[in-house]
Amino acid sequence: MDYFLTEEQQMIRDTAREIAEKKIVPARAEMDAKGIFPTEILKVCAESDLFGLYIPEEYGGFGGGIFENVIAIEELSKACIGVSVSFAGSGLGAYPILISGSEEQKKKFLPQIASGEQIAAFGLTEANAGSDAGGTQTTAKLDGNEYVLNGTKQWITNGGEAGIYTVIAMTNKARGSRGASAFIVEKGTPGFSFGKKEDKMGIRASATRELIFEDCRIPKENLIGKEGMGFLVAMKTLDKSRPGIAAQGVGLAQGALDESVKYARKRVQFGKPVIAFQAVQHMLADMAVQTEAARALTYAVSKFIDSAPKDISKASAFSKLYSSDVAMKVTVDAVQVFGGYGYMKEYPVEKMMRDAKILQIYEGTNQIQRNVIGQALIKEYAKRGK
Amino acid sequence: MKIVVCIKEVPATTKVKINPETNTLMREGVESIINPYDVYALEEGVCVKERLGGGSVVALSMGPPQVERSLKEAISLGADEAILLSDRAFAGSDTLATSYTLAMALDKIGDVGLVICGKQAIDGDTAQVGPEMSEKLDIPFVACVRKILEITEEKAIVERMTDDGYDVIELPLPAVITVVKDINTPRIAGLKGKMRAKKARITVWTATDINADEERIGLTGSTTKVTKVFAPQPRGLGMMLEGSPEEIIDSLYDHLKSGHVI
Repeated sequence: MDYFLTEEQQMIRDTAREIAEKKIVPARAEMDAKGIFPTEILKVCAESDLFGLYIPEEYGGFGGGIFENVIAIEELSKACIGVSVSFAGSGLGAYPILISGSEEQKKKFLPQIASGEQIAAFGLTEANAGSDAGGTQTTAKLDGNEYVLNGTKQWITNGGEAGIYTVIAMTNKARGSRGASAFIVEKGTPGFSFGKKEDKMGIRASATRELIFEDCRIPKENLIGKEGMGFLVAMKTLDKSRPGIAAQGVGLAQGALDESVKYARKRVQFGKPVIAFQAVQHMLADMAVQTEAARALTYAVSKFIDSAPKDISKASAFSKLYSSDVAMKVTVDAVQVFGGYGYMKEYPVEKMMRDAKILQIYEGTNQIQRNVIGQALIKEYAKRGK
Repeated sequence: MKIVVCIKEVPATTKVKINPETNTLMREGVESIINPYDVYALEEGVCVKERLGGGSVVALSMGPPQVERSLKEAISLGADEAILLSDRAFAGSDTLATSYTLAMALDKIGDVGLVICGKQAIDGDTAQVGPEMSEKLDIPFVACVRKILEITEEKAIVERMTDDGYDVIELPLPAVITVVKDINTPRIAGLKGKMRAKKARITVWTATDINADEERIGLTGSTTKVTKVFAPQPRGLGMMLEGSPEEIIDSLYDHLKSGHVI
């Protein structure tokens, strides 16, 4: 369907599509099999000016919004969400600075992220703090002009690969979630190291590692916003980044649909291409409708967020929840359309199905998304007084 | 250094069909693209500029006004400016007239250090315009360059691909080279390039602008006369002979004999 993209948005789409087709598709199977981080592909993304889509021009970005970023993520995701999460993960790491950073922090870090010279990462999750971020145990103590960080962050996308990390740590444990703060930590800071690379079911091209802080001293100026604002910054960041996950779901579903239709037109059984059978057509039809609905919702939510409304949590959760569920369903069906071949690594849909699962889990499980939506409904209807 | 890259807009050949009745190309509705070899030439021009740490890359083409689109693409891929030679008087040019016209334009551009072309165009496949241009400009020429080993403002050392290896050639500049696709991997046009291309104005020069002799341009200046264009008849099926070398020789002899070839 035509979503009446502006000329600039079409350029973004075409550029990302060209990278996906020329660079990602030929490399994705090997990157998946061997767990190779897409350094070269991200370099092409950087040279093509894609890393700064959502960053204002004054900080070296393209000056677009969530929607521009979503267009790029969707195109990259058609080919491989292991690559697109590495790309999008840089945005996730940058949002805390963009949302709550000081002018100095923005001037220092955003241009490096916008140019792709450095990629960024966001460190929130810990072994005992997943959906319940209140369980965060990493601490930051002010000592003179420095904060001293101790603790371990887990499953951090772009861990080890990124140069700039935004990290949530407790500055006042007694205050619970109001005692958390957000910090910028640069790779190479003494006391900051990485755990082993996780061996994952899917998105195997992406790097997922622990961030280990052992008396890691960072300048006081690297505190984002004020002490105690950490969780607020984290929640606002996730509100902005979730449409990116939704875009991964849309792209992945589209990629799986494209492969499925292509295959069904070619595969002959009982003397005709299997696409001639209504049983297959109906599956493809459902896949197509679900994918388009996810896209329409994701685009609408992204544009809504870009209009800078006050509360975006519910809409943001809508897009992530729906599109990731669609991606899971569509990729499962894609394997079914391929039959036995779909189960083999020779065709890309097997990888797509493995990849899809993470979308229902990361950046807030889909159960948490429903909580967010549920809470928003309670608030909304209470306000109406009915 | 001023580097000029010559670009030809061609039909995307994989999609072109030949009308069997008129024996002409059916170009209607077929997408036009920059001749693929010229994309390598452009990339190399941009690379040379980057290597030298300065200078400019000019994309030059001759063709109807719609070629502006391809020249804008050249700008998105790194050309600093683009010039289109467009005039009804240029229509029907063969390689002789084309190379004369391009040479006149290069003269007008002036102070050109290096001219890079693709080794040939995928429509005409003549590979003549590059060398003919160098003759008219009276400067050195090297075909099928696969690598520029060294380049300064004064000279270049290049590898020329041959059937069984390569030659290393040193040539003084200015010069004309044509390149093969082994020379580089063309970049993907980024957003900044595309935005620049969108805003760019393409310079258009007519025959008068380049002081072209009207006897030497277009159909009048062309010495090649096309008498007939036809699609070759498909050849019959080939035959694979199997067995030991001796058996194959015997079988081949029998076939040639029975076919009255020998």
